[in-house]
Amino acid sequence: MKIASRFLTRPDAAGAVHLTVDGEPVTARPGDTVAAALLAHSGDASRQSGKGAPRTAFCMMGICFDCLVEVDGRPNSQGCMIPVRAGMVLRRQRGLRPLAGGGEDA
Amino acid sequence: MRDADLIIVGAGPAGMAAAATAARGGARVLLLDEQPRAGGQIFRNVGMNGDTRPYLGRDYGAGKPLVEALDDANIAADFGATVWRIEAGPRVLWSRDGASHVCRARHVLLAGGAQERPVPFPGWTLPGVMPAGAAQILMKSSGLLPRDAILAGSGPLLYLVAAQMIDARSPPRALVETQTPAMLLQASRHLPRALLAAPVLFKGLGLLRKIRAAGVARFIGAANFRATAVEHGDIAFSFTAQGRDHRLTTPLLLTHQGVVPATHMSRAAGVAHEWMGAQQALRPMTDTWGGTDVPGIHVAGDGAGIGGADAAQAAGRLAALDILHRLGLLGRQARDRNAAPDRARLRRALAIRPFLDAAYAPLPEFLSPPDETIVCRCEEVTAADIRRALIEGASGPRQVKTATRAGMGPCQGRMCDPTVRGILSSCGAEPAPPRARSPIKPVKLGELAALAPHQETEA
Amino acid sequence: MATRPSEITIIGGGVVGLSVALGLLQARRRVTVLDGSDGDFRASQGNFGLVWLQGKGADFAPYADWTRDAVAAWPGFAAMLEELSGTGLALDQSGGFEVFTDRAELEDFSAALERQQAHLGNRFSHEIVAADDLRRMHPGIGPGVVGATFCALDGHVNPLRLLRALRSAVSALGGRILSGAQVSDIAAATGGGFDLSLRDGRRLGAERVVLCAGLGTTPLATQLGFVTRVRPQRGELLITERLADRLPFLSSTIRQVDEGGVQIGGTKADVGPDDSETLGMMATLARHAVTVFPALADVRVVRAWGALRVMSPDGYPVYARSPRHPGAYLVTCHSGVTLAPLHATALAEWIDETSNAPDLEAFDENRFALSDAA
Repeated sequence: MKIASRFLTRPDAAGAVHLTVDGEPVTARPGDTVAAALLAHSGDASRQSGKGAPRTAFCMMGICFDCLVEVDGRPNSQGCMIPVRAGMVLRRQRGLRPLAGGGEDA
Repeated sequence: MRDADLIIVGAGPAGMAAAATAARGGARVLLLDEQPRAGGQIFRNVGMNGDTRPYLGRDYGAGKPLVEALDDANIAADFGATVWRIEAGPRVLWSRDGASHVCRARHVLLAGGAQERPVPFPGWTLPGVMPAGAAQILMKSSGLLPRDAILAGSGPLLYLVAAQMIDARSPPRALVETQTPAMLLQASRHLPRALLAAPVLFKGLGLLRKIRAAGVARFIGAANFRATAVEHGDIAFSFTAQGRDHRLTTPLLLTHQGVVPATHMSRAAGVAHEWMGAQQALRPMTDTWGGTDVPGIHVAGDGAGIGGADAAQAAGRLAALDILHRLGLLGRQARDRNAAPDRARLRRALAIRPFLDAAYAPLPEFLSPPDETIVCRCEEVTAADIRRALIEGASGPRQVKTATRAGMGPCQGRMCDPTVRGILSSCGAEPAPPRARSPIKPVKLGELAALAPHQETEA
Repeated sequence: MATRPSEITIIGGGVVGLSVALGLLQARRRVTVLDGSDGDFRASQGNFGLVWLQGKGADFAPYADWTRDAVAAWPGFAAMLEELSGTGLALDQSGGFEVFTDRAELEDFSAALERQQAHLGNRFSHEIVAADDLRRMHPGIGPGVVGATFCALDGHVNPLRLLRALRSAVSALGGRILSGAQVSDIAAATGGGFDLSLRDGRRLGAERVVLCAGLGTTPLATQLGFVTRVRPQRGELLITERLADRLPFLSSTIRQVDEGGVQIGGTKADVGPDDSETLGMMATLARHAVTVFPALADVRVVRAWGALRVMSPDGYPVYARSPRHPGAYLVTCHSGVTLAPLHATALAEWIDETSNAPDLEAFDENRFALSDAA
């Protein structure tokens, strides 16, 4: 079952940015970081650690690296430091990153 | 290769204030920040948000003139710039959009600010547990409001976030405070001096009034934090307060135990650091202008010792005046004369710190947490793992790191160094500051390989 | 205050000192290991973890033999140590490459392997692998590689877990490890044995001492009448973020540690006691890595460091008894990981002067005294 976001969002007059998370269409707001968009979308883990533990973005200021996510085929991208762009393809990582990203969506 | 008179790393209050002062004094300034915009964490996105998020408060809006003052012909700014090496000389290397850049300057000012003190306890790595400051960043940069959150810990930021949530009509479900009446009593001896910073005190009292008026449930003297995941992704947060066990359920547990200087960059630059017992934090050793033992490197703002935004601005301007003097652009007497107002401002701003340090000191359980607590989030190393390494003979941070892998992940120890130190201290050691090296942040092999020969040449 | 003398005191708690300690403990000696401070150079915490034979002793047959024996002894040693310590060492001896991007270097090294082959005969074999064959074997190898050499006996181990396992095995067998014990002075005691003074003012007595102090060796060796002087040689290393995929090969300059990070190393610089990481070497190592295996370009370096090799004047190990002070021994080498199994057996027997101790005359320091005299 999908876990509801732990945050409330208010509609943004500036419009919407459309991207996908594991193939699912997701709407973010302009100016969001990737990590913020993921947190607004769902309360679920945005990655699994090396030992398989669920994690989400944590510090939001670029120091903890818990927000690692595959962005447009680039694994271990720091989601809290990257602004969303229209058409962005995000994939949650399960465990350690692969050598090459850009796999198929499930 | 570009060059500048002064490179400032960090466009928060200290860096912005320093940039404006140095530029007005005739120095060519290069301002670097990892974020896409100026402001730092405290004034994050202030240039964009304007008045659209009034719940962030009036003090937040005070950052706007600082951002506007960066519009100066003598200031070049590069945002999205991740500094990964600082060399004697000095020279700074940074990464932006997948390529590295280098700039030499006669002076470098490190204004990297603070980070939240890690608050490790069993369950703090679960989805749904975050630092309160992270939630505030989400309010500033994305307009995300914490839903039915519990705020737990201590410190002024906790009250500020609570008040901002109330104003945004998403009040916290509860405020769980770790300070005890005894700690407040102990801190009260610093109150006379703190009166110098009366507006800050009044602001704090105002926040407390607002929290009270909103009817937010409050617990004080809380300890023995533990979080577990329960149904619907919620967090069951258990703690003790005044002799009773409590268990609250929430989608979002926001913790806070104050902020500490972010010293990774200054340590990697080779600056000497000292341990501040009252703040339970490391800080770079500086003179009264922010100058360090490394020629050409100053440190200002919260990165040199926690003082808050007003103190950081003053310290940034003081560092800029000293650097102008050293550049030959400002005489000694003029430097000292121009410094007077900011010296006074700094004194006022810092007057409240001894009170805050004592009243909202971190609990021992977060400095040296229970065995099952994950200390190193990257490598998933527990407090028990670290204690076992100490029993096996590790006597300092380097041996702990090599024995346990704590600090070997991408955050390079930023999230676990304070806790490793706390555990070492609780076992009687007086550990030296952990060594930091370049790359100060991870950098791709391809990017390193693409460095041009002239970029590699050391100063 | 002097404490009761220990039967054998080992100065140095790195891989070399602990290996010797382990061997002496297994021979039922009473052993104390004096380990220095957290800030010491500690090659044991900065090394590359190779268990390596290729090229070793090409110009010094006894070293070729000694290394060959050590490599052969590793599986048994690792099993014993894992049993004693409960720590996995991630030993992998499935063969390793030296990968070249420069044809002349490949030819020089191939010639060295021929000389090594001549010393070792059928105890060694190696292959020269043409670049195209290498790329057929491992399609990820880049076009800038001109060839490689391969030895099926080469391998690697997790050097940090080796260090930890040695510590814990030494403790488990009753050895005493003193932390923060930096020896500043050592002198023969009246009536036999040695008096040791520590930096923090402590004094210790010892019946016999084995000096395994890495880069801290020289001043203490001088006090004991040894002529060996060691020097630091800096090697720089990079390690990347951890990967789920396994790198398909092991080379002497690029290896994937069992936790997943890719370690890149192999630089040499004589710069004195300076273990800084330098931009030039970081870029050189990165260039080497992406030339050999281009897919690594997308992988991030999370740490870079310099570590100091402990080099004797000719680079080979020194195992010496003090001519002036019976009961004092000097052990120094830069391949403490590869040689660990022999340090814990044959060398310990030699120090213990048992009847089946090997002849280690070839590694005596008299080779420096002679060359000095000439």
